[in-house]
Amino acid sequence: MNPANQTYEPGTHPDLPPPSSAVGAIAWMRQHLFSGPWNTILTLLAAYLLILVIPPIIRWVFVDANLSGDTREACTSGGACWVFIKVRFAQFMYGFYPIEERWRVDLTFIVFFAVLIPMMFERMPGRKWLTVFLLFIFPIIAFFLLYGGSFGLAVVETPKWGGLMLTLVIAVIGIVASLPIGVVLALGRRSNMPIVRTICVIFIEFWRGVPLITVLFMASVMFPLFMPEGANFDKLLRALIGVMLFSAAYMAEVIRGGLQAIPKGQYEAAEAMGLGYWRVMGLVILPQALKMVIPGIVNTFIGLFKDTTLVLIIGLFDFLGIVQAAATDPKWLGYSVEGYVFCAFVYWVFCFSMSRYSMYLERKLDTGHAR
Amino acid sequence: MTEDAASSKLELTVSDEIMIQLINVHKWYGQFHVLKDIDLTVHKGERIVICGPSGSGKSTLIRCLNRLEEHQRGQIIVDSVELTGDLKHIEKIRREVGMVFQHFNLFPHLTVLENCTLAPIWVRKMPKREAEEVAMQYLERVKIPEQAGKFPGQLSGGQQQRVAIARSLCMSPKIMLFDEPTSALDPEMIKEVLDVMVELAGSGMTMLCVTHEMGFAKTVANRVIFMDGGEIIEQNQPEEFFNNPQSERTKLFLSQILSH
Ligand SMILES: Nc1ncnc2c1ncn2[C@@H]1O[C@H](COP(=O)(O)OP(=O)(O)OP(=O)(O)O)[C@@H](O)[C@H]1O
Ligand SMILES: [Mg+2]
Repeated sequence: MNPANQTYEPGTHPDLPPPSSAVGAIAWMRQHLFSGPWNTILTLLAAYLLILVIPPIIRWVFVDANLSGDTREACTSGGACWVFIKVRFAQFMYGFYPIEERWRVDLTFIVFFAVLIPMMFERMPGRKWLTVFLLFIFPIIAFFLLYGGSFGLAVVETPKWGGLMLTLVIAVIGIVASLPIGVVLALGRRSNMPIVRTICVIFIEFWRGVPLITVLFMASVMFPLFMPEGANFDKLLRALIGVMLFSAAYMAEVIRGGLQAIPKGQYEAAEAMGLGYWRVMGLVILPQALKMVIPGIVNTFIGLFKDTTLVLIIGLFDFLGIVQAAATDPKWLGYSVEGYVFCAFVYWVFCFSMSRYSMYLERKLDTGHAR
Repeated sequence: MTEDAASSKLELTVSDEIMIQLINVHKWYGQFHVLKDIDLTVHKGERIVICGPSGSGKSTLIRCLNRLEEHQRGQIIVDSVELTGDLKHIEKIRREVGMVFQHFNLFPHLTVLENCTLAPIWVRKMPKREAEEVAMQYLERVKIPEQAGKFPGQLSGGQQQRVAIARSLCMSPKIMLFDEPTSALDPEMIKEVLDVMVELAGSGMTMLCVTHEMGFAKTVANRVIFMDGGEIIEQNQPEEFFNNPQSERTKLFLSQILSH
């Protein structure tokens, strides 16, 4: 410390703005892309690869793509044949749901998203009621709309459901049900009561130990063998229960990780106030534990969303299944790439949205460091 | 630490009403005998300071009073309710007994105000508005009403501990337990917390406080208890305790603690 180097008298130093490490795009590039020979080489190499790959993709997807026409004969320019997607679009969305009844599906999902999107954002007046509606009333409405059977709506049997609609039905029900079941299982696994704990451990370890494919097979093939003669249990329902319990087991372990990270002092402070077990958990522990494991929870949701494609093997035509089936149609043979690209894009949009929303939630719930 | 407060020794009357009674209480952690035959009677309005070397069982003792720890033998009666395995009794006692911890244990996901209103709303079934008014009164009493909307993570240690005290007071407890409330704090924050506690003692609250702040003990306590090896070795009025300790262990402890 050399006092001669000080610019200010001790005690009089003003607050200065922080140094701006990057002024303008050039400075940023110099700092991040060309900071040394090695980085410069890597940057140039990466740029070269991008130039090599990106233009052909853009040409295939957009420039040379075909969109007009109704048959494969319209696809002449060598790019992607989006005509295939266009012609089969309705089927990709609804499966074999009768054409004249498809408005019911539209209505269900319009209501769903119209309620879900405002609900997801903070400072929305009446959010609590939207949540209550979505969790308790909407499922009933959705059932009567999609399945029908009353209010003058014709019954549409579940084997006719398909496409993106089926994927969303399975994913949404799986997601919504697996979280509460997972919470209960996680709490049970940490319970002081040996019987509860044992049941939860066995349950979780069983479902985590078998592949989802096996679960689905068991649900569709083995399960009916044990059922009394004539008792017909809907195949979709069986698959749903399988998916639900399977992901609940994963969810339970994710949540248990969060519960374990909560310091003992939080339990003690809450208990010392006279709060009972469920209030301690519901008001103090779970809000913190769930917040802590949002990335893991969303990860499980995303995994579940993509795993719904496995219902294909028990003969349900979900989104991927129906695209694949369409691609084997002799009329469109050879255009499966377009089908898969479209499929991947749609899955990506849903999964990426979930991931973004989880980042938003984490930011919103961040209340500074604990302690 | 509390030199200015030390000049004005608290003179409060202690009523005959018994608030806490421990009769031959024993506790074990596994094979380890932590509390040995504890006999203690606390009257309404008493301010008791518990001190003793590390590991002597001070925390364990006061944590037994609201069943954060379970005792295995003997009787603990708090506010005429005996502590047993009965959850009803436990919750009844916890409603009347506030506790302040060494590490504050505020709920980080709730604001200061929400920390304070949580128990009144859910345990006392107080309407939210009323609970908030009460909470603001206590936050004013601990001199941080302006922090009500902040989260605990945004406060200093001393402020957090004062919030923790306010949070306990919001339940209008009959007894307050403190477990080394200042030992996790930087020296300059200790005083602000002790001042709040001195003020609280002045209001006639029954207090049991584990602390090594001997200045606080001298000003506020009407009884100092010395524990070692899970036993109450000695208890006396502060003047007698500090000036004329009876047992060798107490003398040794006092010489060590007063030498810093
Ligand atoms: N949960 C536990 N399991 C086993 N032993 C424990 C447990 N908690 C405390 N002990 C032991 O019991 C003894 C008394 O602990 P206690 O926390 O009551 O001491 P203390 O007097 O508060 O000490 P300090 O001044 O360090 O806080 C210590 O020897 C400690 O190691
Ligand atoms: Mg202790």
